[in-house]
Parts: sequence; C-alpha cells; structure tokens
Amino acid sequence: MPSTSPEAEVAPVAAAPVPARPGPAAPDGDVVGLGRGRAMVFVAPALVLVGVFLVFPAVWTIYLGLLDYSLTGSAAKAPTFVGLGNYVTALGDPAFTRSLYLTLLYVGFSAVVGQNVLGFLLAWFFRTTHAVVRNVLNVLVLLAWILPGSVVAFLWQALLDRRDGTLNAILGTTDYAWAIDHPMAVIIVFNIWRGTAFSMLLYAAAINTVPRSHLEVARMAGARPWQQLRDVVLPTVKRHVLTNTLLITLWTFNDFSPYLLTGGGPDNQSEILPVYIYKEAIIGGHLGYGSAISLLLLVANLVIAVAYIRLLRTRSHDEATA
Amino acid sequence: MSAAASAAPVRSSARTLAPARTVATRSLVYAGVCVLVVFFALPLLWLVLTPFSPAPSYRATLSGFTLDNMAKLFDNPQTWPSIRNSLVLAIGSSVLVIALAALAAYALSRVRIPGRDQLLYALLLLSSIVTGTAAMVPIFLMLFQIGLIDRQVGVVLVLSGGLLPAAVFMLKDFVDSIPRSYEESARVFGASPSQILRHIVLPVIRPGMATVGVWALVQVWGNFLVPYVLLSDPAKQPAAVVMYTFYDAGGQPNFALISTFALVYSVPVVVLYLVVNRRYGFAFQGGIKG
Amino acid sequence: MRLSRRAVLLTSGTAVSLVLTGCVGAKDSGAKANPSANASAKDVTLVISANDVAGGKNAAEAAWITDSVIPGFVAAQKAKGVTAKVTFNGSGVEDEQYKTKLELNLKTGSGADVFAADGIWLGELASAGYVKPLDDVVGAPAKSWDGWQQISKAVQQNLAFKDQLYGIPNGTDGRVLYFNKSLFSKAGLPADWQPKSWADIISAGQALKKLPGVNPIQINAGVPMGEATSAQGFLPLLAGTGQPLYNDSEAKWQGATEGVKDVLKFYQQVYGSGLGDKRVQQDKAGRDQSFADFSKGKIGILAEGDYFWRSVICPSKKDCGTTSMANRNDVVGWAKIPAMTPGKGVNGQDFVSVSGGSGWLLSPKTKYPQQAWELMAFMASKDMQTALSKAQIRISARADVNDATLTNDPLLSFISKEVLPITTYRPSDEKYNEVSLAIQEATGKVVTGTSPDEAAKAYQASLQKAVGAEHVSGG
Repeated sequence: MPSTSPEAEVAPVAAAPVPARPGPAAPDGDVVGLGRGRAMVFVAPALVLVGVFLVFPAVWTIYLGLLDYSLTGSAAKAPTFVGLGNYVTALGDPAFTRSLYLTLLYVGFSAVVGQNVLGFLLAWFFRTTHAVVRNVLNVLVLLAWILPGSVVAFLWQALLDRRDGTLNAILGTTDYAWAIDHPMAVIIVFNIWRGTAFSMLLYAAAINTVPRSHLEVARMAGARPWQQLRDVVLPTVKRHVLTNTLLITLWTFNDFSPYLLTGGGPDNQSEILPVYIYKEAIIGGHLGYGSAISLLLLVANLVIAVAYIRLLRTRSHDEATA
Repeated sequence: MSAAASAAPVRSSARTLAPARTVATRSLVYAGVCVLVVFFALPLLWLVLTPFSPAPSYRATLSGFTLDNMAKLFDNPQTWPSIRNSLVLAIGSSVLVIALAALAAYALSRVRIPGRDQLLYALLLLSSIVTGTAAMVPIFLMLFQIGLIDRQVGVVLVLSGGLLPAAVFMLKDFVDSIPRSYEESARVFGASPSQILRHIVLPVIRPGMATVGVWALVQVWGNFLVPYVLLSDPAKQPAAVVMYTFYDAGGQPNFALISTFALVYSVPVVVLYLVVNRRYGFAFQGGIKG
Repeated sequence: MRLSRRAVLLTSGTAVSLVLTGCVGAKDSGAKANPSANASAKDVTLVISANDVAGGKNAAEAAWITDSVIPGFVAAQKAKGVTAKVTFNGSGVEDEQYKTKLELNLKTGSGADVFAADGIWLGELASAGYVKPLDDVVGAPAKSWDGWQQISKAVQQNLAFKDQLYGIPNGTDGRVLYFNKSLFSKAGLPADWQPKSWADIISAGQALKKLPGVNPIQINAGVPMGEATSAQGFLPLLAGTGQPLYNDSEAKWQGATEGVKDVLKFYQQVYGSGLGDKRVQQDKAGRDQSFADFSKGKIGILAEGDYFWRSVICPSKKDCGTTSMANRNDVVGWAKIPAMTPGKGVNGQDFVSVSGGSGWLLSPKTKYPQQAWELMAFMASKDMQTALSKAQIRISARADVNDATLTNDPLLSFISKEVLPITTYRPSDEKYNEVSLAIQEATGKVVTGTSPDEAAKAYQASLQKAVGAEHVSGG
C-alpha cells in the first residue's frame, strides 16, 4: 500500500471532540483502574511545564497590559500603572478597531470558510479518486503545511513579486503589484494555501470513522454521492467540524505570517491584529499596550469559541429531540 | 484500514446511472483538481528551480543548471551547525510534547477530573498569548532568573509549554475515540493497569502521538523569534534564524544562499514527516471503527 | 468555567505578586558604576556582540572582529601579562530584532560587554538606563584617549546624548543624489549635474520623463521603506528648509510647520505628476526594487547613502549580486542635495545632507570596565580601522584613516570632503523612532494622493500622541 494514501495520514481527532462537554460528564471511563490519584500523576508533568512556561509568562504579559510598559526609553526605567488605560486607548483607536475588523475578515474567509471547506472537499474527494492524482495533490497540500514559515514567506514573495514574480510571468500581467492592489485577498489566499492540510488530514480521518455499513445502505438505496454526504457523513463528522474550526480559528487569529507578505500594508490595509501588536510592541516599543491588545485578542477568541460551542450544543439538542 | 482501500472500487462501480451526467461531473471535478494542483504547486516552483539557477533572483526560471549555489552554501560556516541545532530543538521539543501530552491526554480522557475541558481550553487560549510577540519580554526575564538563557533546554521548555495545550487537546480527542472495550477485556483477563497501558493503550494511540509529534516538530522547526532571543551564542542558533542572515546590511537578499538554504532547510522536516507517516500512518483507524 | 477561573485566579495572584516583588522595571538602584572594578585582573573574559555574522549579513565586519580584533587584542593584553578571552556573539537579523534582543540583554545585564548600536538608538538606551556615559563607566582613560583627536565633533555627536559621550563611533556616512549619466545625456542634461534648488530636481525629472520606461526620480517615501524614508528622503529635504527636525534648546519637534509642509509638497510634486513610481514606495520590497531599477538604468535620480554606492551597485557581481553595475564608475554620477532654494538650508547652507552611523558601546554592567574600554579603543585604533576599511571600504570615523583609505574611491572621498562638513545628524532623543514612523506615514499618504496639508495635519496628530503636544511646534 502506498505510504502517501490519504487515509494513512493520521488525523489528530478521531471522534467525539467536545471541547466543553455540556451537561454531566460521561459515565466514568476509568476502565484501566487508574484512579484519580494516579491520573493526577499522569497529568502533573504537563501541568507543571505548562504552568511555569505558559501560564506564568501569559499572566505576566496580561499584567504588563496594565502598565505603561516599554522595553526602551524612560518608560522602561519606571513603568507606571495605568490600570485599564491601555484598553481604553485601544478601544478608542480607529487603527485598533479596523485591525480587529480585518482580523475577523482574515479568519473568516481564510480559515473558517477557506481551509474548512477546501480541506473537507479534498478529504471527501480523496475517498474515491485515483491513487496517483490523490497522492500528488496530497503531497503538495502537505508540503505547503510543513515547510518552514520563513521559506514559505520567501516562496510567496517570489510568486507575487511585481517585477520577476512567477504569477505575473504566467498571467502576462507585467508589473502588476498583487500585494498592493489586493492585500487582504493575497493574505487570505495565502493562508488557505498554507493551512488547508490540517483540515484535510482531520476530515480524512473523520470521514473514515463513518461506518462503512451506513454508506453501503445509503448507496444501495440509490443515494447519490452528495446525498450520502449530506445524510450519512455530515451528521457523523459534525463534531470534528467544531474541533477543527476551533483550532484553525485560534491559530489563524494569532498568525503573524501575513506580515512577511504585505508588512500590514499598504496604508495598514492588511494590518491584522498580530501585525498591529508587533508594530506597537516591538517596533513602537509600547509593550504594555501590545500586551493589552494580546488579551483583547484572547477575549475575541473566547467569544468566538463560546459561540461555536453554543452552536454545537443547540445542534446536539435538536438531534436529541428529533 | 480496509475501509479506505475497499471504498474506491465499491464506490466507482456504483456510478452506473446517467453516464452523460457522470462524464460532465467528472470533467468538472478534474478541472477543479487541475486548478488545485496548480494552486498548490505554483509557489513551490521557486524552491525547486532557483537553487540551481545560474542567476538566482525572485524569478523562477529554468535558465540553465548549476551547482555553484550549493557549493557556496556548503562552504558557508553556518549551514550544517544550524541544521543540527534545529534538529536538537525540534526533536527535543516534540519528544517532550508527545510524552507529556500522551500521559495527560490519557488520564484526562479516562478519568473524570472536574473542569478538565474548560481548563484545557483556557490553556489553549493562553498559549496564544505566549506565542505572540508581546510575551517575549516576560519569557526572557523569567528564563534569565532561572538561568536558562543561552541554553537550548530553555528554548525547548518554552516552545513545549506553548505547544502542549493544543497537543493534549488533539490527543485527548484521539484517546476519546478509542473504545473502552479494549481496556475492559484486557482487564477481564487480569492484566494490571501498567500492562494495559503498555500493551494495549500505547500501541493504539501511537499513531496519534506520531501525528502530534510531527505537528510539534513542524512548529518548532519554523520558529524564529524564540530561539533568536533566548540564545546568545551564534553557534547554537537553529536554521530558522540563519535563514534571515542571508541579507546584507541594507536588507538586500542574497538569492544564491537563500534559495539553496531554503531547500536544504526544508528537506529534513519533509523527510521526518515521511518517515513518521510511513511508520505509523497506517495503524490509525484500522479495525477500530466501522 | 468554574475550576479554570479559580485556577487562573490562583496562578495570576501568585504571578502578580511575584512580578510586583520586583521583576518588572529595570532595577536601577542608582548605584554608580565602579570604573576600577577588576582593573588589575589577570584573567579577563569579554564578549563582543554586533549584528554581523560570518557567512551572512555584514560578513566582512564579522571577519574583521574574529580575525583581526580579537587576536590583536589578546596579543596586546598578553604583552601586559593579562590572559584575555574574547568571544564574538554575532547576529544577522533585522535591526529591530537585534535591538529587541540587545535591550533584553542590557536590561538583565546578561549581554555582551562591548556591543554595536546604531546612533539613533542611543536616546532610547540611555533614557532607559541601559547605557551610561563613558565618564561614569570608564572614567579618566576614556577622556584622555588620543583617538578623539581624529574623530570630528560632528561624528562624535552621533554617539552623544545630552552632551555626554556613550561610545566610540565606528564610522559615518552621507546622503547624495545619484544619477544615471547615460539617461541624462539622452534627456539633454549635463553629466556634471548639480541642482541648486528643488526646482532644479523637478525640471531634470521632467526632462527625464520624456524617456520611455524611465522613472525620473526616486525619493524614498512611506512605511515599507522604514528608516530609509526618513534618512534618505524626508530629513535631507527638511534640512533644506532651514530648521532641524528637533530643536534641542526648546525640546520641540517640528510638527505641521511650513518646512514640513514644503517637504510634503515636494513629495506631491514628484509622485503626483508621474515623476516617481508610487508603487515602489508602497511595496514591501520597494527599496530593493528601486535598487534593481537603478542598476538596470531605469531610474534617473535616486537619493541614497554611500551604502548604495559601495554595497548595492558596486561593479563586482560577487559582492553586489544582481544589482551590481559593471560600468558604475562611468555611468553613475552624484550631486550634493540642494536646499529648497540657495541659502535656505540649515545654517543658511546651499546644500545639505543627513548622516548616521553605528558605534561601539559598553555595558555598564560589565565586570571589566577598563578592559572593555581598552578593547573598544583597540577596535577604534588606526590600525584596526584601516584593516576594517580594507575588508570593506567605507567612511571611518577617524580622519587619519579616511585620508589614507578613501583616496581610491571618488564618491567616498567626495562625501568625506564635501558632504560631511555640511551634514546634519538625526536627533538622539528617545522619541526619534516614533517620530520617524510618523514621518514615514505622512510621506506615504502624500504618495497615495492625500494632500500635503492633510498629511501634515495627520502627522501633527501622531506626533502629539507620541511625544506630547507640548513638545511639538507648528500646526
């Protein structure tokens, strides 16, 4: 069997991903007899590492958001406590609100719609297609995902370059400046290219969890592929859709790589929040302000995640009552 | 595994109705596939062609073939040490992440710990702060206090801390999907918990661990800021940092070095991915479901 | 979310209390540095850091440090009976990233003893307490160093803040207008062109505009060009309107003054009437594009520093890659940057320029202040600076070195003789960086069609936000 078979790609999530399971927990699944004590021992190393190297600096960062903190200049010498001042400034700054809006566009089109739909279509398509086509496409999609970020940034600069870019050479659009005329479209397409592999892997595995017998029954009943998709596959993979969307939303929200393509420009037209934070915190030196924005970014993520989970909860409820 | 293997023939034979329509649909699908192949392949062209171009620039052309750029790169004192450093950081972090995430994910999946999902998601959210640029200062100051500046282990710990929540999140879902009947039957036959873990659970979740491992490895392999800031000794810097040094003082890229280095820098992670995939990719799904 | 919230609260409580007990904020105890610490040590360990790296960015300087400076210094110390161990921590990244790491290291005192920094960073570093005057850290030996006689007061200013010296300049530079002589002759312009006013530049541009496929003028503008917009474009022009960007005695930055508006109007004249390529100013790789275009004979006039001459369009393909110009010495001419009108420049000058440059500073937390100073002085000695010039020709801070090394390079000797006497340096105030960003935004706006008055208004507003309204003049 070829090693590049898509079904062979292990997907991170196999079934029933419920980030915040509503209602009482499932019956105790401690079949091995681990016990709560030993379970804590299992969890402890990860928790300690995360506590020290993630929670502590994260909370520290949030605390910096309450200060007029800077890495350079006189503010670095004596940071003053400004309370919610940074947040007030941010929410009153049109640059911030525009940046938030651009981020939502970026996440919505590139991840929630783009990567999700394309990833699913690829996974679905790979079930039935010829092995050669499947392998070629599969490898290409995966390459886009596993190549290092700095390499990828350079590849896209070479693709879009105004003078020598491959795209202009192919389309015959001499001197067309893609990243200047369509900055948001460029970074959205870029992120679809870059990140679709994850959704594809996840959905490939998820589709595999659909019992074969169900599909067979549907097929024998004369269901067309799209009907099988709608009636048999989608209900089963719905939870995977949630997990996947949750993760890619979070990652895309924090994605800094568009900076390497457009630098947030022109005229801040593609200045998504991570770029805004970089410009404020590192280039402008306003670390306190940048930290405050980081927390706002987290809150935005939280709101979206809660919305997703609500959505799933209502759906499950509908199912239960149906 | 048989699910996928048998799916193709079964399903293609099912398409017996409306041949004209099928042909139309098929050609549409294949046109779509062609577009996708071009879309995903186009940016990669530069990576394949430019390292061997006699006049490397942003232009991806087949205007001759030379190994001069490669020779230049191999003469460069930074090339091999940086790849080795990347391997140390990436393998170190992914082994740590896999081990800790697997233990935690299993326990969280099988033993009811109140608030586990919320805790996990809260950590996932916090990881987004720590991977941002604003957290660099606290991280640096903290590592300085505990004496881990300019030590690769410090970089490994920081990167692992940032990756662990997502790794646990993904692995826990994986473990959740494994039927408890496996462990139950083993228990019925009198196996001890540690035997069950070693002989039943571990083999089953190994593919999931492999996936998370590759994911972690890819993340670390491409990370620039954390190792750059936390390591002072240039001899310890990984390839992600070295990639940025092939510009001159005014920011002009040295195409010969950048293109060849990009290729050399990409190969190990692709190979590691393929190896892991070949080794573990199959066991997943096989027979568990369906 | 009950448990997680509790957990977060708990951890945050612990964290905040830890933080408050003194990790944030530089613990500037105010303790005076002790210049004589370890002055007579027999074993000395020193670390040099710079944004240079072997086989990458600024490789020539990195090689100079490892091959000339360190062995030379170790030998000199050995002659005095001191065993010195000197290591070099090179980087090769963007300046912003180098600076961030440098500041983190200085904050914790964990960095190099001697390090390279751009002169425009000094205000920030000094205000943060990361660096201290040579008088405090080193004391008398720094004052009596014989090298100062070779470094002009103007160049020394580049590493001075509030009238105190913080380090030794490593070199300097100057901006001129480069022009393509073969395009000039096609457009009927003289090969020894020297504009006397901005109007002369515009009229040359109009003549060049008639040539097909040629961009007449490249004056850097916009955010993507970064500091190159300020140093190569806006600031030399502003110096040509009579007032410096920052008035030291009044502690005021020029806001939407007449001078600033005049400069923005000049940008509008260039980019609003097709005398310049707008797209190049907006592109992230715009400066590279301008280099490539000039090297291909597609740009008539380009304002740049001497870096452009020696590292971008040098005749050697090996050193300058795709932008090298084999016929540079024949085709490329240069002219001083004129004031808006004759006599209107700062100090009533006819011509103006802007200079900068980096230098070597020492960490106030160094264990070996005297030996670190000796290392710095050794790096700035005539022998070492000559060796550096040989590795990579450029304008040294030392007059005696320039006299000997620049004679073979017509442009560099032109700059050192004709431009440095009339040049201006950027303010070393800690807010310069932010002001420069406001400048980049304002010029970028004009390029894309905002009126100069409106751009000046926006500039005034960002300036007030950055430095406080009381430190802004005009408007």
